[in-house]
Amino acid sequence: MSTGTVRFLIGAAIFLALAYGLTRLVSNEYVFFALYVVLQFIVLATAWNILGGYAGYVNFGSGAFFAVGAYTGVALYKALATPILLQVVAGAFVSGLLGLAVGALSLRLRGIFFSIATVAVAIVLETVVVNTPYLGGAKGLPILRPEPPALFHSYLEWTFFLMAMLAVLAVFCARYVETSWIGRGLRAIRDNEGAAECSGVPTLKLKLFAATLSGALMGAAGAPFALYLSFIEPTSVFNLNYAVSALAMPIIGGMSHWIGPVIGAVLLGTVQQLVTVTISSELNVLVVGVLLVLFVVGAPDGILGLVRKLRRPKAASAAGAAA
Amino acid sequence: MSDTLLAVQSVSKHFGGFTALSEVSVDIRRGERFGLIGPNGSGKTTLINCISGALRNDSGAIRFEEREISRLPAYQRTRLGIARSFQLPRPFSSMSVLENLVVPLEYVVHRGSLHTADTHREAMEILRSIGLADKAQTLASRLTQVELRKLELARAMAARPRLLISDEAMAGLSSAEVDEILAILFRLNEAGITIIMIEHIMHAVMRFSQRVMCLDAGRIICEGTPAQTVANADVQRAYLGT
Repeated sequence: MSTGTVRFLIGAAIFLALAYGLTRLVSNEYVFFALYVVLQFIVLATAWNILGGYAGYVNFGSGAFFAVGAYTGVALYKALATPILLQVVAGAFVSGLLGLAVGALSLRLRGIFFSIATVAVAIVLETVVVNTPYLGGAKGLPILRPEPPALFHSYLEWTFFLMAMLAVLAVFCARYVETSWIGRGLRAIRDNEGAAECSGVPTLKLKLFAATLSGALMGAAGAPFALYLSFIEPTSVFNLNYAVSALAMPIIGGMSHWIGPVIGAVLLGTVQQLVTVTISSELNVLVVGVLLVLFVVGAPDGILGLVRKLRRPKAASAAGAAA
Repeated sequence: MSDTLLAVQSVSKHFGGFTALSEVSVDIRRGERFGLIGPNGSGKTTLINCISGALRNDSGAIRFEEREISRLPAYQRTRLGIARSFQLPRPFSSMSVLENLVVPLEYVVHRGSLHTADTHREAMEILRSIGLADKAQTLASRLTQVELRKLELARAMAARPRLLISDEAMAGLSSAEVDEILAILFRLNEAGITIIMIEHIMHAVMRFSQRVMCLDAGRIICEGTPAQTVANADVQRAYLGT
């Protein structure tokens, strides 16, 4: 194991210890309710970036993957009262299959056409759920939470800690992909798919892998949702806000490094929570939109790009002068 | 071991009602320097797209080292030993020049056994041989036209090909730059790599090739030594314009 990986794992362990410590020290439930959302966005943004950032296939249907995970969890819970961990695994599996199918679309669809197809997938799946009475249809389904495990005071604290573990897992996967030969192959695909194939990169296999992993992580993020809210209904889980946030966060944070989506998710997730509480829940969507436009125009490489520029102002200006 | 490295056998390719290649057959010998000429739209690039796997031929067979390859995806053909450069350079523009070469080195040459240091050393050797060593850390998007052409060749070389297809690597370059690229291709050929060169710069093709084939409207109109080809009446009418 490289020293970087060791350091990453130590950091992850400290992060999880802090998260657990928080559940011991803080009694205000709202803290966990809000932090859960931020962590969930770390998973979604990181997962989106594996396909969108590394391989350049922009997925506008993140909401569908999230929802498929959530409804897989609900169906299992309703039928068999399965423990939440099993729901996460099942949600990841089913969403991963959906990712595989969407990845297969990339065989024929590139660029904007691929993105439009992902939107269509989301709409089709929402219609399916709305017309499935077992899943609550359009009016939704209330879910009764079970007792929390012994280590936690409330079920909300447990879902919060679970999401913290999922965030670590997602970032670990993204980091592994990015630093391995897979990541270089995905970047070659993003830069020029034809040239990548002629350089020996099995482009289809890599795209299928990236789409499946991305979908599975999004599904895992969605699986605990019904138990977190005690309620699930299609308009909230298929919400466009998930799709927009999942791509806005990596773009704002920076797509070239695994830390970018994390920075974007923490920043944007926190701002959204603050705006929701202090001003209005409608306005937080506007905040995402405005920030996205500002960054796309002013800092296309995101916060990471800005930081790099500030660190090496001389090198950048010299290179600029040469060009 | 047969003398023929690549056998193209009655290959046809249609785009809708348009016939881009019509029953094209040619054998490329091991170690040969083969020139492919013809007017724009005559099917030169379509032919090498079919050979390298970017397109699938509708009928006919393509054999590389006696193995039928025309249904293999492009990346597998690259792994078998067919590499190409693109007419319009297609660099991995977010990567450094060195990293551009690491992609084929990782995916073709060193699959499964990855030693970053070795890969980088090999990439540097190739860059040195092609005269791009001082640009190793430069972003590919910052290169000039000549440098981009060299990068195309360098990246193709990094796949350790036995057959290198150079698609108009010299178009738009100055005569000194053309000589530079020619010298690189001659050196590769001496090292045992078979080369198919597509080119519009006639004096370069004539100097380089041992055998030249001229395509027109998807058909072979002439094949022979450079002198025979230039003297051929059909070639003069269709391509050279006398």
